[in-house]
Amino acid sequence: MTTIETPAPQPSGALSSGSRLFALAGRYGTFAAFLALVVFNMAVTPNFLSWQTLNVNLTQVATIVIVATGMTLVIATGGIDLSVGSLMAIAGALAPMIFMGRFWPVENMGLAVALAFLIPVVVAGLFGLFNGLLVTRFSIQPIIATLVLFIAGRGIAQVMTNGNLQVFKNEGFQFIAMGRIAGIPAQVVLMIVIAALAFALVRYTVIGRQIIAVGGNEKAARLTGIPVRRVKLFVYMVSGALSGLAGLVVVARNSASDANLVGLGMELDAIAAVAVGGTLLTGGRANIVGTVLGAFVIQLVRYTLLANGVPDAAALIVKAGLIVLAVFIQQRADKH
Amino acid sequence: MLLSMQGISKAFGGVSALKAASLEVEPGEVMALVGQNGAGKSTLIKILTGVYRRDEGSIAFDGRQVDFSMPAEAQTAGIATIYQEINLAPQRSVAENIYLSREPRRFGLLDHAAMRRGAEAVLATFNLSIDVDRPVAHFDAATRQMVAIARAVTQNARLVIMDEPTSSLDEREVGVLFETIRTLKRSGVAVIFIGHRLDELYAICDRVTIMRDGQTVAKSPMADMPKMALVRHMLGKELAAFQAMAPDEDAPERPVRLSVENAGAGVRVRDVSLTVREGEISGLAGLLGSGRTETARLVFGADRMDRGTIRMEGRERRYREPADAIADGIGLVSEDRKIDGIVPDMSIRENMTLALLPKLRKAGIVDRARQDEIVERYIRALGVKCASPDQPIKELSGGNQQKVLLARWLATDPRVLIIDEPTRGIDIGAKSEILKLLRSLADEGLSVLMISSELEELLSAADRVTVLSDGTSVATLPRKDLSEAALLAAMAHQAAPSGEQA
Repeated sequence: MTTIETPAPQPSGALSSGSRLFALAGRYGTFAAFLALVVFNMAVTPNFLSWQTLNVNLTQVATIVIVATGMTLVIATGGIDLSVGSLMAIAGALAPMIFMGRFWPVENMGLAVALAFLIPVVVAGLFGLFNGLLVTRFSIQPIIATLVLFIAGRGIAQVMTNGNLQVFKNEGFQFIAMGRIAGIPAQVVLMIVIAALAFALVRYTVIGRQIIAVGGNEKAARLTGIPVRRVKLFVYMVSGALSGLAGLVVVARNSASDANLVGLGMELDAIAAVAVGGTLLTGGRANIVGTVLGAFVIQLVRYTLLANGVPDAAALIVKAGLIVLAVFIQQRADKH
Repeated sequence: MLLSMQGISKAFGGVSALKAASLEVEPGEVMALVGQNGAGKSTLIKILTGVYRRDEGSIAFDGRQVDFSMPAEAQTAGIATIYQEINLAPQRSVAENIYLSREPRRFGLLDHAAMRRGAEAVLATFNLSIDVDRPVAHFDAATRQMVAIARAVTQNARLVIMDEPTSSLDEREVGVLFETIRTLKRSGVAVIFIGHRLDELYAICDRVTIMRDGQTVAKSPMADMPKMALVRHMLGKELAAFQAMAPDEDAPERPVRLSVENAGAGVRVRDVSLTVREGEISGLAGLLGSGRTETARLVFGADRMDRGTIRMEGRERRYREPADAIADGIGLVSEDRKIDGIVPDMSIRENMTLALLPKLRKAGIVDRARQDEIVERYIRALGVKCASPDQPIKELSGGNQQKVLLARWLATDPRVLIIDEPTRGIDIGAKSEILKLLRSLADEGLSVLMISSELEELLSAADRVTVLSDGTSVATLPRKDLSEAALLAAMAHQAAPSGEQA
C-alpha cells in the first residue's frame, strides 16, 4: 500500500535568486528585449524616432503578427503549421484573379472586391482544415502533415498563375494595405483587431480553454469529454484562414502578386515570434501578447541590422540566436 | 547461488521505496517476482541492473560482489533485461537487432553473412526459423520478444529479467514464450519473471519471491505456495485503519442503473459482466493486470469495445467517445492522475470545470461568475487545501489533486461515477475522507463503480464487489458474503466459498 503524500513545491518566495531571475526573464524577457532594441536604436539608428520609421515597422510586422496569432493557437495544442507561407501565396494569387476577372467577368467591382477578400480567406481556411484532417483523422505528426501543403501549396499558387507575376491597381482591394482608419494604417488596425480577438478567445471562451487543455494534457482532455479532434481542426482552420488574410495584405501592399515570393519564409518568422514570445512549443499555453511582442522583436532586429547597413543574411543568423536564447530562458524558467 | 541481493534499501526524496529487500536466484531456475503496484519490484530490478544506486545492502552475482553504476555494466556482467515494450530497433532486421552494437566485422565493414548465420543459429536453438533479414517490426509480439531473448543469449547472459513478458501476448504466443524460457533453463540461464497472471506463474516458475511495501515478505518454491496464500502475501491487510462504512445488512435490491454484459476487447478484457445499482458503491476487484482499468475505459467509451453490451438505465448504449458517456451522466476519475487526470499547468479552477465547460457556455464565453461560484462551493465542500483557486493544480498534494478531480465530475451532476483507485498515492487521512465522501454521495443516490486493489477499501466501502481474473468476471459478491477470504479466493480464481458465480 502506497501512502505517499507528494510534498507541495515551495512557495515562490523560497526560490534561489538564480531561478527567480530566470522566472522573471521568462515572464518579461520578451518585453525587456523589445525595450532594449528600442533604446539601442534610439542611440544608434539615425531618424529612428520618426513617424516614417514607426509606419514602416508597423506595416511590416502586421503580417507576421496575423500569421503568428494563428500559429500560437496551433502550437498551443501541441502542433505546428508549416504551410502558412504557402497558403499566403495561394490566397495572394486568388484575390487579383477574382477582381481582374480571370474567373468570371466583373460586372460590379464592389462585389468583386468583396469576393476577392472573402473567397481566398475561405479557401485558405479549407486548406487549413485539410491540415487538421491529416493530423486528426490520419494521426500524421503535425510537422509532416503541414509539410504537405508547405510544398504543394506554393506549387498550387504557381500553377494557378502559370508562374506569372500579377500586377494590378485596385483602390478598393488595396485599402487593406494602403488605407488608413482614423490615421492608422488599415493593416495595423487589422493586426490589432485579430490579436485582440485571439487574446479574448484564449482567455474567455470555452473553445479557447479547451485548446489549452488539449495541449496541456490531451489524454486528460479527451477523458473530460473535450472534442479533441474538433478543437484541433478548429485551430488549423483558423491558422489557414489568417494566413490567407495575411497573403491578401502582402499582395495589396505590393500592388503585385508573385506566387514565388508571397509568404516565403513566413512559417519561420511566425514560429520564431511564437517561441520568442514565450509560448511553449510543447503546447498547453498560448501567450498572444507574447507572440505580438515576439513579432515586434524579430521585426526590430531585422530593421536595426538593415538600417545600420548589415545585410539581410546576417539578420537571419541573429534571428536564430534569438530563438535559441528565448527557448533556453523558457525552459530554465519552467524548471524552478 | 547465481544472484544474491541482501538488505537492499532505497529512498527517493525521503520516501523509502525499498526497506531491506532481498532476492536470491539459483542458476538455471525461473524465479517469479510478484507484488502489487508500488511494492518495489521494479525499483529492486533497477538497482540490480544499475539504473538506480542503492542506499544500503549488498549484491553478489556469480560469486562476486558487484556494484553496477550503469545498465551497460550489468549487461557485460551477464544480466539482460527484456522490457514489456521490447527495446529493439523496429526498422532494423532481426539479425541486426541481435548483433546491435556488437556487429561482427570483416575488413572494418559489417560482416552481414556472419551476422545472418549467427542469428539463424541462435534462433534455431529456440526452434524458430524466420527470415532474419526482415525488419523486426514485421513480426508479432512473441517473435519480437524471442529476438530480444536471442540477443541476450548471444551476449552470454547468465540471468535474463523479463518484465511482464506476457502482457501483450495471446495464448499461443505465451506457449511459445514458455518454450523459450525452458530452453534457456536447460542451458543453465536463470530467469527472473515479473508477472501478475497466477496461472502463468504456476506454469513456468520454480520459485517465487513476493514483495510488499518495499520489503520481501515471502520466498518459497512455487509448489509449496498455494494461490490463496500468494494473493494474501501480495495484498497484505491493514483492515484496522478503516471502520466499516457500508451498512452491514443487505440493502433492499435497488433498480439497476448501469449494467455491462459480456464485454470484451483485445486480450486484456475477455468477458466481463457487472451491474451498478442506484445509490450503491459497487466494487471492482482483481489483481494487477486482471483488466479492471481496461474495463472501466470500455464502459466510459475511452477504448473501443469489441463484444458485449452496455445498458444505462435499461437502454442499450454504445459509447464511441468519452463525451458520449459523459452526456449520459457517467464520469470517470482515472487511475493515474498525472497521465490522464490533471492538466498540470492549468489552475485548480480550470481543472475542476473542464468537464463542465460546455454547460458554462454563454454565447461561447465561459460564464466566469458561475464558474467561480461552483469552484468555491466544491473547494469548501471537499475541503481542498489550496492557496487560491488560481493556483496551478500541479502544486497541490496528491490527496488534494484527487479531490479536485472528484469535484470535476461531481460538478457535472453525474448518475454514475467510475473511480479507479480512489486513494492511490494519497495519505491515510485523506484516504478515509475520500471513502466517506463516496459513501455519502452514494447515500444521496449516486451510483459508484469503485476499482480498488486494496481489500480493506472494498470491504469497508462497497455494497457489492465484482471480481475480475485475467479479463473475466469470475464472481460477484453481495455485501453479506463479502469477506477477505471470499475476495482472496475469487481473485485466486478458485471456487468462491459463497456468493453467486457470474
